[in-house]
Amino acid sequence: MLKLGVPSKGRLMEKTFQWFGNRGVTLRKSGSEREYAGAVEGIDGVELVLLSAGEIPRELAAGRIQMGVTGSDLVREKLVNWEKTVREVAPLGFGGADLIIAVPQAWVDVDTLDDLDAAAAAFRARHGHRLRIATKYHRLVRDFLKQAGVADYALIDSQGATEGTVKNETAEAIADITSTGETLRANGLKILSDGMIHASQATLFRTSRRDWSTEQRRTFKALEARLGL
Amino acid sequence: MTLAAQLAEADRLRDLFAARDAVIVQTDVLQPADTLLDLYGEDIRGRSYLTSDPARGEMVLRPDFTVPVVQMHMQSHADPARYTYAGKVFRKQDSDPDRLSEFVQVGYEVFDGVNPALADAEVFAAIRDALGDLPLRAATGDIGILMAAVAGLRTSDARKAALARHIWRPRRFRALLDRFGGRSPVPPTRAALLAASDPFAHAGPDIGKRSRAEVADRIATLRDDAATPPISEEELALLDTLTGLRETSDHVLSQLRDIAVDMPAIGPAVTRLSARLDALEDHGVDIATLEFEGSYGRTSLEYYDGFVFGFYAADPNLPPVATGGRYDALTARLGDGNAVPAVGGVIRPDLVLTVRGMA
Repeated sequence: MLKLGVPSKGRLMEKTFQWFGNRGVTLRKSGSEREYAGAVEGIDGVELVLLSAGEIPRELAAGRIQMGVTGSDLVREKLVNWEKTVREVAPLGFGGADLIIAVPQAWVDVDTLDDLDAAAAAFRARHGHRLRIATKYHRLVRDFLKQAGVADYALIDSQGATEGTVKNETAEAIADITSTGETLRANGLKILSDGMIHASQATLFRTSRRDWSTEQRRTFKALEARLGL
Repeated sequence: MTLAAQLAEADRLRDLFAARDAVIVQTDVLQPADTLLDLYGEDIRGRSYLTSDPARGEMVLRPDFTVPVVQMHMQSHADPARYTYAGKVFRKQDSDPDRLSEFVQVGYEVFDGVNPALADAEVFAAIRDALGDLPLRAATGDIGILMAAVAGLRTSDARKAALARHIWRPRRFRALLDRFGGRSPVPPTRAALLAASDPFAHAGPDIGKRSRAEVADRIATLRDDAATPPISEEELALLDTLTGLRETSDHVLSQLRDIAVDMPAIGPAVTRLSARLDALEDHGVDIATLEFEGSYGRTSLEYYDGFVFGFYAADPNLPPVATGGRYDALTARLGDGNAVPAVGGVIRPDLVLTVRGMA
């Protein structure tokens, strides 16, 4: 069996079902609405596993599923050396969102990472602590800021309502996912012009075929053909 | 290689250092994280195992011995003092999972303010002697020379402070230098900001802890900077030469003496290098073959601020077998301004055994 992990609820699930459906592979929840079991029609040898989108990267890395649909941001955040662990089969063209760095609009002096770095230095000297950036994407943000040579900041964990942390003074800036920027603007924030960390979208991933059985490889080939990849 | 073999090698190395009148010290594996977080910020989160304790706050599995040994020394006030230690350190290997995340380090640290050049040479020689006849290549550098060059630039204090802050981040250092030297254009948004009659016209709501006064202060700094003439091509070229140096130590010394004619600010640092090389020769180091790199040590954790060195095996995939350097500024930070000149080095016994096995 080739196990395919798909987000277990919401728009991401519906859009994924649609994407596969448009290509002749029907995915659906089996049994009742509350049950996380799935059924696949239109191809043999594929088993649908419904999981939380956030768990799919780990399940791929552990080899418990061979294919999975999740955000490209989650794979990069959660897997060390993700390129060595999984391959991108196809971007699915939905679930698009950008991981960006945003600061208060009132910071008229800050538009680039260079400005952010200088503001962080002055902020630390004045307030005695590092400039705090609220995020849940610790690894992606840290790597990005390290690459850019930004110093004197600290990441603060925020698992939700991140845009509100600045107003609440638990952080001075944020690094978060946004699709339209609407919520950012409503919260008095703006995006740094060179603060794009990753343009994410829902993506079909697979594990390395090295560990697959002959049957799994054959099924994958058939699936690829069916999906027109 | 068994852990027992590693520990036996660690004991052997530590005893060699103890025979040089170093006091054997021990530190806790679990260290309070706040000091390290304040010193290194997110870099330490990326590299260390942090854990939270409801009673003691955030704790870290010691990523090295230097900080706890400095803290210990600050309380003892002994001067001069020599310490040695052996024990495990813990490092996350996010970008290179094949590297070990826990390994043994044996260190030798010298706190001696009387003659830094002698102390530098003493630590280098102690590490070299402990490594014996292993086939290793030594690399050296001196971050103090670049720091002196930056401090002596004919430009504003604000620019010098910005550059000094990024000596350990070569890319940002380069970007700043390009801007201060007029080699890269002013970002359009900055030009627009400085040209605006009321910079706060479209500012949006004042939210967060960074106040409007702080924003206004920075705009004033940017205005000053815009009015400051670019750093001269001549000085930029000298900095390029300094950071690009890659030669044997004797040649580097004569090149630096030439550069010091045009850049007198590095004079004292070059004199220190000269005294150090003399002291190294007294320890039997051949400075005509000892490599010196102008940018060596700039990408390590930012605490080395003078002499830096490392010993490398021929296999480029192997981490350095030993590393070390001078960290006066770290002692100043940890001692609330009371700096104690300090230099030290660490050896990895597991790599010593690996290289010995290959030899």
